[in-house]
Amino acid sequence: MRVIARRLFFYLVTAVIAISLDFLIPRLIPGNPVEAILAKMPGQVTPAVIHALDVQFGVNTSASLWTQYVHYWSNVVHGNLGVSVGNGFAPVSTVIRGALPYTLGLIGVATVISFVLGTAIGAIVAWKRGSRLDSLLPVVTFFQAAPYFFLAFLALALFAIKLGWFPSGRAAQIGDFPAFTWTYISDVLDHAVLPGLTIVLASAAGWIVGMRNVMLTTMDEDYVLIAAAKGLAKPRVIWYAARNAILPSVSGFALAIGFIVSGSLLTEIVFSYPGLGSLLVQAVSDDDYALMQGLFLIITFAVLAANLIADFVYVFLDPRTRQEA
Amino acid sequence: MAVGIGAEQVTGGQPAPGIAPPGTQRRRQRPLRLPRSPKIIAGLAILAFFALWSVVGPLVRPYSPDQVFANATSPLAPSGAHWLGTTQAQQDVFSQMLVGGGDMLLVSLIAGVIATALSVVIGVSAGYLGGLTDELLSMLANIFLVMPALPLLVILFGFLGKTGSNDLFLVGLIISVTGWGWGARVLRAQTLSLRNRDYVDSARIIGERRSRIIFAEILPNLTPIVASSFLFTVLYAVGTYTAMAFLGLVNPNWSWGGILYYAAGDNAAVSGYWWWYIPPGLAVALLGTALVLLNFGIDEFINPRLRAAGMARRSGAGRRDRNLRSQQFGLTPVIRTVSGTPLDSPPEPQGIATHGGLA
Repeated sequence: MRVIARRLFFYLVTAVIAISLDFLIPRLIPGNPVEAILAKMPGQVTPAVIHALDVQFGVNTSASLWTQYVHYWSNVVHGNLGVSVGNGFAPVSTVIRGALPYTLGLIGVATVISFVLGTAIGAIVAWKRGSRLDSLLPVVTFFQAAPYFFLAFLALALFAIKLGWFPSGRAAQIGDFPAFTWTYISDVLDHAVLPGLTIVLASAAGWIVGMRNVMLTTMDEDYVLIAAAKGLAKPRVIWYAARNAILPSVSGFALAIGFIVSGSLLTEIVFSYPGLGSLLVQAVSDDDYALMQGLFLIITFAVLAANLIADFVYVFLDPRTRQEA
Repeated sequence: MAVGIGAEQVTGGQPAPGIAPPGTQRRRQRPLRLPRSPKIIAGLAILAFFALWSVVGPLVRPYSPDQVFANATSPLAPSGAHWLGTTQAQQDVFSQMLVGGGDMLLVSLIAGVIATALSVVIGVSAGYLGGLTDELLSMLANIFLVMPALPLLVILFGFLGKTGSNDLFLVGLIISVTGWGWGARVLRAQTLSLRNRDYVDSARIIGERRSRIIFAEILPNLTPIVASSFLFTVLYAVGTYTAMAFLGLVNPNWSWGGILYYAAGDNAAVSGYWWWYIPPGLAVALLGTALVLLNFGIDEFINPRLRAAGMARRSGAGRRDRNLRSQQFGLTPVIRTVSGTPLDSPPEPQGIATHGGLA
């Protein structure tokens, strides 16, 4: 399909640029990251590790930039993202693999819920234009403007500490080991509810406003009037309008997802949730450059994959994109 | 989507009151008529409050923000001596709040100006020149839009180190690099629509220079969109700077995000130190709300449909005849049309516009 092929090409270019940025940034910004790392952990580092770090950041090397670049690509293709100095020199890919499922599960589910809920509410608010529902908008505006992690603070203090409805952080109880048992799974779900709710609350605002604004335009279309004039049931009429109004939301998904993921990662930090967000803050405090770079790549790839899914959904929803020109 | 001011110029309709008669050297265009909207007024009022806050705050702060008081082992709740209590390190939260706004506002303004300039240059060139230039520039904008900004900024600031992040201009510049894509995209779409309008065609046929067409014919009609994308970049920069400070990436200097960084580090939420994390979070949220409100105001100006509801209600029609109105099945009650013409292009995907800043 041409549309998908075009998008696929675009994502490929984006991925290549992301990988190239990952390579270039340490080499373009003045300063010696290896020295910074060594200054933090004197005496713990073997010469072999120093050499590996030198190669990774392009310090003390006689190889040309191009050779380094080619070498870098071969490493990335083989899944070798360097070693994480903050995690006892474990490979970055291993460190990330440990945290990735939590983030994918949490943010993935929360984003889908927020999109469905937000567009539904947005459609209804638009339909009931001028009613009391309009007073929802200032509240939504506030949630839209508040930093995700501030909402996380509030949710944590209110629902976990004051009311005691949810556990106050982490992904599972201490001493509860990962296993495919009901106790463990329910424990993980229990711990995911509050961070998930925070993300839904924070990101739904955008979908509500976006959907409402498009829906207001769609509602004036003739086919909506005709549907109503034919005497179709009201939910049916709303559905006809909403089906068309949702398209910009789906195509806007690509732009929004990066923001939602960023905000959600910061939310993880407040909840001490052991996902990529917590790794990010850990990498920052440890000056763990390789981990930062690895996280950038993984998060970018995840966002691109989410975009591709949204594109498939769009092609499925909008028959015009399926016409071969 | 010819907007207010432009439409008046083009259609040559009844000159609205307040417009100087033709013949004066430069027709005095009516200011955007924005201040009538309560959203705009509220937004501007909050913004003015924070601007005053960041100028006066450092002058009237009761203590130095890093002065250590008492030798208590946990943060003290608000009292007469410390209006917003103290932190874990026994520093005065209120003083930190007073000092913390300035840098953030400055960085956000710098980032907003640079990013808006970038997006105007790239968006308008792409839209007006078309062809391969358009393809490439659009792709560039889309790449910057799709790439998640947070981890990219983490690498940039990470390698730059804390000393580099003391330079407010540099911080603003880096934030703007990740924040211009949305504006460029919207401006390109609008330029594309404008360049085929009759009045632009006629200017071209008359033999106007390209620079004149762009600066005199097209740019003035992009004003509301430029304004809106400026506000969103500022909002984005506020969120991003707060997020960077919250991650401990930029030197906190007691910015509001920095206060939250220390509050999170000491588990303020779990321990119930509400006076420590609520003021900075609320301040950022309020500032953001002001920017979003201003933008809604501009949106309603561009697209009167979004506004009709509120007007109907204020004039009392909506309330009394709610039954009647719900029978209308969504037809826009045209209450008072402004000179804006109806939308002639489908609404742009909202993206950043609706999802606000990074945070």
